[in-house]
Amino acid sequence: MEGDEIKMEEKKNAQTIEEKQYLIRFKADTESHLHVLSHDVCIEKCPDKLCTIFCPAEVYKWEDIRMHVGYEGCHECGSCRIGCPHENIKWEYPKGGHGIVFRLG
Amino acid sequence: MPEKFDVIVVGAGPSGTSCAYKCAKAGLKVLQIERGEYPGSKNVMGGVLYRKQMEAVIPEFWKDAPVERAIVEQRAWMLDKNSMVTTSVKNNDWEKEPCNNYTILRAKFDQWFANKAVEAGSLLINETVVLECIVEDGKVVGVRTDRPDGDVYADVVVLADGVNSLLAKKLGYHNELKPEEVALTVMEVLNLPKNVINDRFNVTDNQGVTIELFGDATKGNLGTAFIYTNKESLNLGVGTTLSSMIKAKMKPYELIEYVKNHPMVRPFIEGAESAEYLAHLIPEGGFYSMPKLYGNGVLLVGDAAQMVNGIHREGSNMAMASGTLAAETIIAAKEKGDYSEETLSSYKTAILDSFIGQDLKKYKDANHTFEEQPQYFKDYIPMINRAASSFLTVDGTSKRDKQKEAIKTFTKEKGTFTVVKDLYRAWKVMK
Repeated sequence: MEGDEIKMEEKKNAQTIEEKQYLIRFKADTESHLHVLSHDVCIEKCPDKLCTIFCPAEVYKWEDIRMHVGYEGCHECGSCRIGCPHENIKWEYPKGGHGIVFRLG
Repeated sequence: MPEKFDVIVVGAGPSGTSCAYKCAKAGLKVLQIERGEYPGSKNVMGGVLYRKQMEAVIPEFWKDAPVERAIVEQRAWMLDKNSMVTTSVKNNDWEKEPCNNYTILRAKFDQWFANKAVEAGSLLINETVVLECIVEDGKVVGVRTDRPDGDVYADVVVLADGVNSLLAKKLGYHNELKPEEVALTVMEVLNLPKNVINDRFNVTDNQGVTIELFGDATKGNLGTAFIYTNKESLNLGVGTTLSSMIKAKMKPYELIEYVKNHPMVRPFIEGAESAEYLAHLIPEGGFYSMPKLYGNGVLLVGDAAQMVNGIHREGSNMAMASGTLAAETIIAAKEKGDYSEETLSSYKTAILDSFIGQDLKKYKDANHTFEEQPQYFKDYIPMINRAASSFLTVDGTSKRDKQKEAIKTFTKEKGTFTVVKDLYRAWKVMK
């Protein structure tokens, strides 16, 4: 039906990671459950900064000399712990009841 | 003296809750511990729930459970950039009770299921992380939680703590997973009106469709994308092995946009509203990645035991079946009053004898074969598309020449010997 189509056009299709993350409910803890063990390892041994690429929530952002960890938006998937080529990420679960809260899927 | 239970189940997904439910029904004193705000709040899946293994836990569950649609059609798409070759099996008998399988939304379903275990007498504690198992004289005797005075004791502890299973690793049952043993998958729940879904997927209100997408959906990398129909939304997701994601330097959220904007996909989701974005790991290592399944006072179930059949996208059924087998083992151990490693070893035998062990053994070489031989996803799917498209393009060429051309698409690019070798290899790992 034509009328339906027009209404549907107004709906929001989340395209960027920022828009996608905005759809999710988080109950952030005050401290991070993710820790980069050594920023020097990132500088000296990891030219590609792979975690900044494959993290599905863009939690990791390289800032000149250090890795910024936006743990508040973490999906707790575990990819960074397994995928860091230098085993340089200490990964724990957030405190009970904290972190991501999926409502649907 | 801290309280003592017969069984502590760590995690309230399908494996843990199946186990907790069965044990509680048998009259055992059960504690189930969940780290999320509620069961399902940390859990993600594409969305196919298999009726058979769920029914073994709760008969006629569909009358009460929050299921979305009964799946009547399963489609597979082999995608190239601007074309696809597809197969489909549709059977309206799958809609008649008992249905073959259903789509579900996990946050809703897991809450409902865990509540059933509570009704059966299990005690559920949310918002609590289990930090480690308490081991005394080589026996697991309980768990240490992140609550004040958070030690709890039990005769047996069931680790249903999911793919990352930090607890199994701490016990030394499991090495750290490698990037090729897990698939990093991202998904969006896309809202669409019921009648639009019905029209676009050619179904009625309660009928559902699953589509698995191969080839260009993962830009030729080892993995799949999927579109599943819920009542008034679609689950659209894509995943590849973490190793492929790293090698190809793909950003998962860009890959899902690539799928959403693919010319073969776009018309299905036109006008949809994004409702949620979710990321999760799927254990894909199969048989060789399974950890030690039992020990003195402890059992491993579900994703924590890496029980997923990646080829047939089955996991939740293995989770439920393993939870059920764990419960049966525990109930027998309780009768004997013996939770030793030897008594609990019957769990492993039961797993290996069941479809879980059989299927994981059948495909034990599939994942790493396809990981090491990228041509199946990268080369052959585009070739199949080119051959089929050229065969069906009417341009005055005779059908005999068309046939030759189609076969040449493969032999010219790869050489006859390579094609035969690749076919044989694929048959060997799938047979």
